[in-house]
Amino acid sequence: MGKYILKRFFLMFPTLLGVAVLTFFLLRIVPGDVVEARYAGGQGQFVDQKLMAMERAKLGLDQPLWKQFVDWMWGLARLDLGLSMWTGAPITQEIKLRFALSLQVAIMASIVATLLAIPLGIVAALKQDTWVDYAVRVFSIAGLATPSFWLGILMILGFLIIFRWLPPMVYTPFWVDPWQNLAQLIWPALAVGYRYSAVATRMTRSAMLEVLREDYIRTARAKGLWTKLILTRHALKNAMLPVVTVIGLEFAFLLGGLVVTEQVFNLNGLGLLFVEAIARRDYTLTQALVLLVSSAFIVVNFLMDVMYAWLDPRIRYR
Amino acid sequence: MTHRSSGTYWILAACLLISLALVTALTSPAVAQDKPRYGGELIFPVPSEPPSYDGHREETFGLIHPFAPFYNTLLRVAPTDPTGTKPHPDLAESWTISKDGLTYTFKLRRGVKFHDGSELTSKDVKATYDKIIFPPAGVGSTRKEQYAVVEVVEAPDPSTVRFRLKWPSAAFLASLSSPWNFIYKADLLAKDIHWFEKNVMGTGPFIFVEHVKGSHVVGKKNPNYWDKGKPYLDGFRALFVKDTAAQVAMIRGGRAHIQFRSFTSAHRDSLVAILKDKITVQESPWDCILLVAMNHDKKPFDDKRVRRALTLAIDRYAGSQALPKIAIVKEVAGVVVPGTPYATPPDELAKLAGYWKDINASRAEAKRLLREAGVPDGFSFTFKNRGIPMPYEPLAVWMIDQWRQIGLNVKQEVIEAAAYFASLRKGEHEVAMDFQCGYIVEPDLDLYKFVSVDKNPANYSRYKDSVLDALYLKQSRAVDLEERKKYIRAFEKRLLDEEAHYMMTLQWHRIVPHSSKVKGWQVTPSHYLNNTLDAVWLTE
Amino acid sequence: MAINTPPIDAVAEALPAPHRGWAAVARDFARRRPLGAAGAVVVALMIAAALTATLIAPYDPLGVDFGAMMAPPSATHWLGTDAFGRDVLSRLLYGSRTALLVGFGAAFFGATAGVILGVGSAYFGGRVDLYLQRLMDIFISFPLIILALAMVAILGNNLPNLITAITIPMIPRCALVIRSSALAIREMPYVDAARAAGFGHARIILRHMLPNVMAPYLIMLSAFLGQAILLEASLSFLGLGVQEPIAAWGLMLRGAAVDFAETAPWMAIFPGLAISLSVFAFNLFGDSLRDALDPKLRTL
Repeated sequence: MGKYILKRFFLMFPTLLGVAVLTFFLLRIVPGDVVEARYAGGQGQFVDQKLMAMERAKLGLDQPLWKQFVDWMWGLARLDLGLSMWTGAPITQEIKLRFALSLQVAIMASIVATLLAIPLGIVAALKQDTWVDYAVRVFSIAGLATPSFWLGILMILGFLIIFRWLPPMVYTPFWVDPWQNLAQLIWPALAVGYRYSAVATRMTRSAMLEVLREDYIRTARAKGLWTKLILTRHALKNAMLPVVTVIGLEFAFLLGGLVVTEQVFNLNGLGLLFVEAIARRDYTLTQALVLLVSSAFIVVNFLMDVMYAWLDPRIRYR
Repeated sequence: MTHRSSGTYWILAACLLISLALVTALTSPAVAQDKPRYGGELIFPVPSEPPSYDGHREETFGLIHPFAPFYNTLLRVAPTDPTGTKPHPDLAESWTISKDGLTYTFKLRRGVKFHDGSELTSKDVKATYDKIIFPPAGVGSTRKEQYAVVEVVEAPDPSTVRFRLKWPSAAFLASLSSPWNFIYKADLLAKDIHWFEKNVMGTGPFIFVEHVKGSHVVGKKNPNYWDKGKPYLDGFRALFVKDTAAQVAMIRGGRAHIQFRSFTSAHRDSLVAILKDKITVQESPWDCILLVAMNHDKKPFDDKRVRRALTLAIDRYAGSQALPKIAIVKEVAGVVVPGTPYATPPDELAKLAGYWKDINASRAEAKRLLREAGVPDGFSFTFKNRGIPMPYEPLAVWMIDQWRQIGLNVKQEVIEAAAYFASLRKGEHEVAMDFQCGYIVEPDLDLYKFVSVDKNPANYSRYKDSVLDALYLKQSRAVDLEERKKYIRAFEKRLLDEEAHYMMTLQWHRIVPHSSKVKGWQVTPSHYLNNTLDAVWLTE
Repeated sequence: MAINTPPIDAVAEALPAPHRGWAAVARDFARRRPLGAAGAVVVALMIAAALTATLIAPYDPLGVDFGAMMAPPSATHWLGTDAFGRDVLSRLLYGSRTALLVGFGAAFFGATAGVILGVGSAYFGGRVDLYLQRLMDIFISFPLIILALAMVAILGNNLPNLITAITIPMIPRCALVIRSSALAIREMPYVDAARAAGFGHARIILRHMLPNVMAPYLIMLSAFLGQAILLEASLSFLGLGVQEPIAAWGLMLRGAAVDFAETAPWMAIFPGLAISLSVFAFNLFGDSLRDALDPKLRTL
C-alpha cells in the first residue's frame, strides 16, 4: 500500500515535467510574440524594428531556447513563477483575483453538479426503464448537449426580458460583499454545474444498478423502495467511488477550462485570462496558468488513486 | 393610522410636499444645468486593460481612459472643439514661434504642483520630451519617429521650454498636443527611467488611488489642482469590462455613467428607447478607418484594373446606411475625416472610383475591367483580416459579399491580432485589411501611411509611387490652406482612383450614449482625446 | 488513470450476434432503446438536411440583404434573419454541413488514432506502454479547450486544421479506454495460443485484438461526435473556428447574436437550439449504443 502510494506520487513529476516541456515549446511555435502583440497593435503605423529587438532582449526572448527553458525551470524550482511578459508584474499578482473567482465558481459548480447528480442517478436506477429513468436521462443528456455559453445567453436574456434585471457585471470578492458576489456567480455556477452533472448522474445510476443486482438486495425486492435504499447504503459507499472521481476531476478542469462561459458572463477568471495570455503571447503567464491547471488535475487524480487503493484493496496492479 | 384626523393630516402633508417638489423641479433645472455641481464619483467601463502605465510606451486607449486624469500634457487638443483639431494650452500657458518656424518657445503655468507637492518646472517638461524623442539606450519610445524633426529641447529658465527644429513643420503644435505625452517628474525619471511604467506621479486633476488587476482603477480629486475650482468630481472609478453587451447593460442599469470609446447605433437605440431622457447621446465621425491593402507584388493585384474593380464593387452609400446598425462605422470617406477642414466634399468624392452614386454602372465597369485584365469569373483569392471582432468582422462580411457580386469568390483568413502585422510585413498576403487611427485630424499624420513602401514600411500595398510622394511633400510644405487642399485632393485622386493603390472602407463613427447626469464632456473625433475629466461633473 | 476506465472482461459477450440482418438489429434496438432510436432519427434527419441543403434551403446562405437586417421570424424568413439580413434557416441548414464534417472528421480520426495507440500500448506492454501512458497523461491533463486553442493558433483556422485541432485532444482520451479493454483481451488464452503458434504481431493485432475492441471504439466514436460538434461551436464562438462568411452554428452565435440578444433573440436561440439538439441526438444514440454493446463501460 505505502509503496503503491509512493510510486504513484513520484509518477506525478514526469507528467508535470512533460506538461511544462510541451507548453514551453508549443507556445514558441505559435507565430508572433509579446513584443509584436504590443507594438503592432496600436495605430497601424510602422514600429521601428530596432525598438522591437530591444524589447525582446529585455524580456530575454533573444536567448537560445534551451537557456530560456532552463531559466524558467530554475525559477520554478525556487517556486518563482516570474513576471508577466505583458505587464511586467509578478504572475502571482496577475493571477490572484482571477484565481479566487475561478476557484469559487468551480466549487459552486461542483456542489450544483453533486446535488443534481446523486439524487437523480439513484432515482433513475431505482426506477430503471420507467419514464422516470428516461426523464432523468433526457434531462442529464440535455445538459451535456447544451453549450453552457448558450445556456448563459439564454439565462441573461431571460432575466432581461422577464425580470428586467441583470446580474452584476463586475466581480466583488465574497469577503467584501457576499450578497453581490453570489448574485453574480450563482448563474454561471448553475449553467456549468448542470452541464457537468450529466456524467456524474449517469455514473451514479450505473453504480446503483450494479449494487441492486447483488443477490441479497434482489431478495429484498418484495419490500418497499425505502428498505431497498437502506439496504444498499453500505454497498453504495464503495460504488460511489467513480462518481466522486468524476466530480473531482471535473473540478480540476473547471478551474481553468471555463473559457467560453466566462466570456458570456463577463467573468474575469482564469479561463479568460488564459485566452488573453495566449492572444498576447505572454509566454510566462500562459506557462504558469497551464502548470497551475494541469497540476490541479494531476494532484486530484493522484488523491483519487490513493483513495481507491485505500478503499479497495483489490487494486494491486500498476 | 387609526385616527381620521391623523390620516387627513398625512394627506395634506403629502400634497404640500408634492407641490413643493413640483415647484422646485420646474424652477431649478435652468440653474442646475449651467452651474457645475461639485461631488460624485464618475463610473465608466473601459473595454481594454493597459499593460503598463507609461503613456510614452503604450498604444491602447485602455491606458488613456483610466490614466489620463492623473496627468497633464504640454498642449492639449481643445476640449470643447468638436472637430478635435485645435491645439490648446495645457501646462504651457502661451507660446511663440520664430519667423523661420524653427524655434518654438513655451511659457509654463506657474504654481503647478505634482501630487507629491513638488513644483513643476521646465526641467520636468524637458526630461519628459527627452525621454520621448531621445530615449537612452534600452528604453523604448513608440513615438520617436513622429518627433524626428526636433533638434533639441531646452529649458532656459524654470518656466520656459524651447524646442529647436531641423526643418519647419506645419504639424508640430498638433504633435505636441498628443494625449500620450504625459509630463513626468524629472527626478523620478532620473532615478529610474522605467518608474512610470508601474507607478503614477502627475500634475493632473485626479490622484491615483489603486489599480486592481483585472478589475478597476480608482482616482480621487486633486484638491490642489492648478486650474482653480476644478475638478468637479470627487473621484472616478474605471472598471475593466471587455464585453460590449455587458458595458451596455451597465449603462442601462445605472451601474456606470459613460463608456468613452463607442457603441453601435443599435445599442444607442436600445438605450434611448429604455432610458428616454435619462440618456444623452453624443456622436462624431471618428478619426479611425479600416483600409484594404492590395499587394502590388502579387498577381493579379499588380494590375490597376483589378484594383479599380475591387473598389468599384463596393456600394459605400448602401453600406453607410445599413452597417451603422451593427458596426461602429458610418460616413463615406476619402483620405481625410469627413466634416473636418481638409475633407473632400461629398459631390467631389462621388467622382472617384468606388464612390459613384450609380452602383450598377460601377459594378458593370468593375466586371468590364476584370474581363479586360483577364481575370476569370469566379476568381478566388484570400482576404486576410485581423482577429478583432469590431468592426473588422462585419466589414469583412460586407466586402466579401460586395466582391461576390462582381463574380469574385473571396475566402476570409483571420489572423490573431498579435501575429497580424508581422504576417503583413512578410508581404505574403494578396488582399488584406489595414488600419489607420489618429488622435488628431492632421493630413501630415494621416497621409504618411500611403507614401512609397521604401519610405514607409507600413505601406502594405507595397508600391513605389514617386508622384504620390511628391504630392505628399507639397501638401506638407504648403502654407496656404486652399493650396494645401488642392494637393491633398490630387493625392487622394491618385491614391484611390487613378492608381487605386489602397481602398478606404467606411469612416468609423463614434457614438457615446451616456447618462444625462454627466455634464461638461464633449465628444471629439478621437477616443484618445479629452479624457482628463477636469471639467466633467455630475448633476446628482 | 485506470480508475477512469475499469478493465472490461465482457466485451466479447456484449457484442451483438453477427448473423442477424441489419433491419432486424435496428428494429430490436428501436424496441429496446426508444431514446436511442429517437436520437438516431434526429441524426438521420440532420444528415439528410446537410446532404440536401442546396435543394431545401430557401435562400442563399451567403446572400447579404440590407433590406431585411435582423428581421423577426415570418412567412418569408421562417427563423428570421441575422445582422446582415441573411436567412437564419438557410444558414442553419448549410451550417449542419460544417458541424457534421467537423464532427465526423474529428471523431473518426480521434477514435481511430486512439485505437492504434491504445491497442499498440496494450499489446506491446512494457516500456512502450509505460512511455505511451505518460505521454497520454500529459495530453490529458491539459484542459481540452486550451489544447484546441493552442492548436488553432499554431495551425491557423481553416476547416482541415480545425478538425486536426479538435482531433488531437481526443486521441489520448480514446487511447486510455481502448487500452484497458485491450489489456483484458491480451490476457485471453487464445491470444497466447496465437503467439505460441508463431503468428506475427500484425496478424494477432488485426485478427484478434482489433475486432474485440470494436465495441469500445464505436462507443468512443459516437461520444466524440457530439463533443466535437460542441467543441467546434465553442471555438467558432470564440472566433477561432471556421470563418465568415462560411455558415457554421457557433459562428452564428457570435458577435451580433450576443450583442442584440434582447432585440433580436432569434439570432441566438435557433443556432443554439441546432447545436443542442444535434449534440443531444448524438449523445442519446451513443448512450443507448453503449448500453446495448457494453453495459459495464460506464465512463468516457
